[in-house]
Amino acid sequence: MIRFILLQNRQGKTRLAKYYIPLEESEKHKVEYEVHRLVVNRDPKFTNFVEFRTHKVIYRRYAGLFFSLCVDITDNELAYLESIHLFVEILDHFFSNVCELDLVFNFHKVYLILDEFILAGELQETSKRAIIERMGELEKQE
Amino acid sequence: MNPFSSGTRLRDMIRAIRASKTAAEERAVVRKECAAIRAAISDNDHDYRHRNLAKLMFIHMLGYPTHFGQMECLKLIASPGFPEKRIGYLGLMLLLDERQEVLMLVTNSIKQDLNHTNQYIVGLALCALGNIGSAEMARDLAPEVERLLKFRDPNIRKKAALCSIRIIKKVPDLAENFIHAAASLLSEKHHGVLITGVQLCIDLCKISTEALEHFRKKCTDGLVKLMRDLANSPYAPEYDISGITDPFLQIRLLRLLHSLGKDDADASDAMNDILAQVATKTESNKNAGNAILYECVAAIMSVEDNGGLRVLAINILGRFLSNRDNNIRYVALNMLMKALAVDSQAVQRHRTTILECVKDSDPSIRKRAVELVYLLVNESNVKPMTKELIEYLEASDPEFRGDLTAKICSIVEKFSPEKIWYIDQMLKVLSEAGNDVKDEAWHSLIVVITNASNLHGYAVRSLYRAVQAAGEQETLVRVTIWCIGEYGDMLVNNAGRLDIEEPLTVTESDAVNVVETSFKSHSFDLTTRAMCLIALLKLSSRFPSCSQRVNDIIVQYKGSFVLELQQRAIEFNSIIARHQYIRPSLVERMPVLDEATHSGRKAGSVPAAVSTSQGVSVNLPNGVSKPSAAPLVDLLDLSSDDVPAPSSSGGDFLQDLLGVDLVPVSSQSGSNQAQMSGTNVLLDLLSIGTPSASSSPSTIQVSPSNIDTKSPVDLLDRLSSPSAPSVQVSTTAGSSPMLDLLNGFPSSSPIAVTEGNGPAYPSIVAFESSSLKLTFNFSKQPENPQTTLIEASFTNKSGEVLTNFIFQAAVPKFLQLHLDPASGNMLPANSSGSIMQKLKLTNSQHGKKSLVMRIRIAYKVNNKDVLEEGQVNNFPRDL
Repeated sequence: MIRFILLQNRQGKTRLAKYYIPLEESEKHKVEYEVHRLVVNRDPKFTNFVEFRTHKVIYRRYAGLFFSLCVDITDNELAYLESIHLFVEILDHFFSNVCELDLVFNFHKVYLILDEFILAGELQETSKRAIIERMGELEKQE
Repeated sequence: MNPFSSGTRLRDMIRAIRASKTAAEERAVVRKECAAIRAAISDNDHDYRHRNLAKLMFIHMLGYPTHFGQMECLKLIASPGFPEKRIGYLGLMLLLDERQEVLMLVTNSIKQDLNHTNQYIVGLALCALGNIGSAEMARDLAPEVERLLKFRDPNIRKKAALCSIRIIKKVPDLAENFIHAAASLLSEKHHGVLITGVQLCIDLCKISTEALEHFRKKCTDGLVKLMRDLANSPYAPEYDISGITDPFLQIRLLRLLHSLGKDDADASDAMNDILAQVATKTESNKNAGNAILYECVAAIMSVEDNGGLRVLAINILGRFLSNRDNNIRYVALNMLMKALAVDSQAVQRHRTTILECVKDSDPSIRKRAVELVYLLVNESNVKPMTKELIEYLEASDPEFRGDLTAKICSIVEKFSPEKIWYIDQMLKVLSEAGNDVKDEAWHSLIVVITNASNLHGYAVRSLYRAVQAAGEQETLVRVTIWCIGEYGDMLVNNAGRLDIEEPLTVTESDAVNVVETSFKSHSFDLTTRAMCLIALLKLSSRFPSCSQRVNDIIVQYKGSFVLELQQRAIEFNSIIARHQYIRPSLVERMPVLDEATHSGRKAGSVPAAVSTSQGVSVNLPNGVSKPSAAPLVDLLDLSSDDVPAPSSSGGDFLQDLLGVDLVPVSSQSGSNQAQMSGTNVLLDLLSIGTPSASSSPSTIQVSPSNIDTKSPVDLLDRLSSPSAPSVQVSTTAGSSPMLDLLNGFPSSSPIAVTEGNGPAYPSIVAFESSSLKLTFNFSKQPENPQTTLIEASFTNKSGEVLTNFIFQAAVPKFLQLHLDPASGNMLPANSSGSIMQKLKLTNSQHGKKSLVMRIRIAYKVNNKDVLEEGQVNNFPRDL
């Protein structure tokens, strides 16, 4: 199960934080700070997995952005790594060539996309097309 | 109206925040916005509510407090339109979590939305429930979610399936309601519904055995077929990831098969073929394929035994292990750990590769590899494995070294084939990474060394050599210092030399040099330096030729600002200078430390005797008195900052100071003995004799034949009573009775005490009744003739024990009286013990008037209060 998802830039600014487990605000800030510290300086040749407290962080870097998933120790690391990539592809498709600013100004849409992709800490949809279509329908509702 | 179309203020606010050049500027913008939002909230502004909340969410992401917006979420959720609800739910998930009471208020709104005619609104409600639903909400809304599992739109069905996972995790009792609905999701065609359905089944299996049994019987074949269809599926653009159709769904399916096949032969049998097919046919040149293979191996490892499949799986892991991609090697190491339980032989074949991984530059890989190596070591391969690991220690990262040394220490301790090998390996580790070695590890080494009597000489000589090369490794120094203190003579005279050893010439002063250098080094902490001090004391006796030099070193620390060092220095100096006679027996070799107790202690078990005693302080033999509640963990207990609490009994003090085994008789020291006799190794470690006489044959008794050893108090009494001429009470005398006592030993020989050297002021019997006898012994400080020190000693002549014993005294105005605390408040019957109390009398009319004193003694006998009074007139003149 995914415990939380973080999207941070290299400076450690959080662009998206989604928690599927209850945490105090102060604890969230601590977690965000620690995860950033863990991933930001790792050699690109290193594994995309870092042990974090009693869990594992699966992270992937896209330009200046770090996508980090905190998952259970028994979860399939490679699968989650692949799902980060799928999420990025969806964002890329939705914003057509996504950049950090898109995510800043449209943060609420990013959350909406995420809610169509992952729910309750589990994968909800694996088809890029299905999610993009769904987003289109939701936008029509606005 | 749409709050997010261009020109609205959310964008403007984000721009303003981004345009801030300093943190202060940003705070100012945020403050202004928050003020405006608060104002809008109190005005109950409808039109901009969702825009305000959106802004608030952004502010929240920046880390500012936004709790005042929580109620706004609820209002938005309760409003009719989709855009408002959308922002409301988003805010709810961002600003609140399941623990907030406010969440209770939203349950009803969610319930209504779950029944809404607009399926997008139903979706929003499901999403909120799935992400932050509490147990109460789960209970209240479970029927709605159950119903939605059959909703016509698959988008709702998949959301409902994941929502069900949250519900059954929060309220496991509800699991059985979902079993049938979950099973029917497995026959869907829509991948989103399938993957969520499979996930729901996986979680149901974890929670309910009933569910597990149901899926095993009813669904195994269907799942196998589904898996086969997927694996053989032609190119499906919608779900294709690098040539593989929906690897996510395949992985979920494998995981569910894994749960179903575990411990069930029939189910395992049904899935053997498909597992074999996936394991052999899946492309392994891309991450997605490897993710499937990895999951497949995991499934094979846990389903019922099938030799062929296992071989296949281990081979896949072998391939993974030699992959150039670090991620793949990482998961291989991870999985090999599980494979070890299944087929350790097969894993052992990859030993060399795994050892290579320990040296990887990536800390994640190293960590996995070390854990795995630790499990791989056994009696037959411990030597080469340890050799490799120790060699690597040298090159390892500083931050990794702690982990690695801990593992190596644990390995050599667990599997060492012989003691000499263990000592050698530990020496290497200490020399290489002594500063990273944990306390337990070097404590164990000392325990092992004391137990290997034939290796004492070898150990001390090897340590001596090692410390010459790596003197900066603190734990190495500690062990060396300890061994030199104990076996220094063997270092010098090469006693017990083994054939493999090279000859070593060490003079006595070389040995002292090592200790002195470490002692004076500023890089070592108090524990090490305190150990040095003790080693020096021991060496002063082992090497008579160096005794003076040792004393000179010790003397330098009499003024140390570190209390512990200062006190020990004063004590040890006193022992060396004044008590030649007892010193050799005081500093004799430590008794052998009990390995079993030591390893028991490591496991955290404090001997019951210690843990049960309450209130009374346990006196450690090295003189630090600690509350017994604190487990005695420190080897020396010198590192603790505790000031040795003045103990009331003279007997205890001597015991404290020297750790000499005085057979307990006095009530107080007796009870302490009882607590200490829990064969506490650490207590034993530094004490010269063990506290409990029975536990060790090598116990030293400070008992020259003519001294009555039955009572430590008596012993001291006798030693100190005729003291007047020889007593040189040091300046600290008043505050430190212990020094007094020690100095009370005439430096030449205790025998002289009882015979020669008659005191200048004879003792008097100050008071005597049918049951009590009170004796006063006098002494004076030459520089202060007005002051008389009196040692009062009470003995009980009756046949009953006297308790609650209190002595009080009063004097005329020209006298000043100071009473020290008594040594106890219980007097054993038949003169078999005594209470000591010190008095200090200052006579302002010294030379004109004699001393005089009224006394009152209160005590209980057979629970009855007794009061005795009297006057002491028979003080010697000119006091």
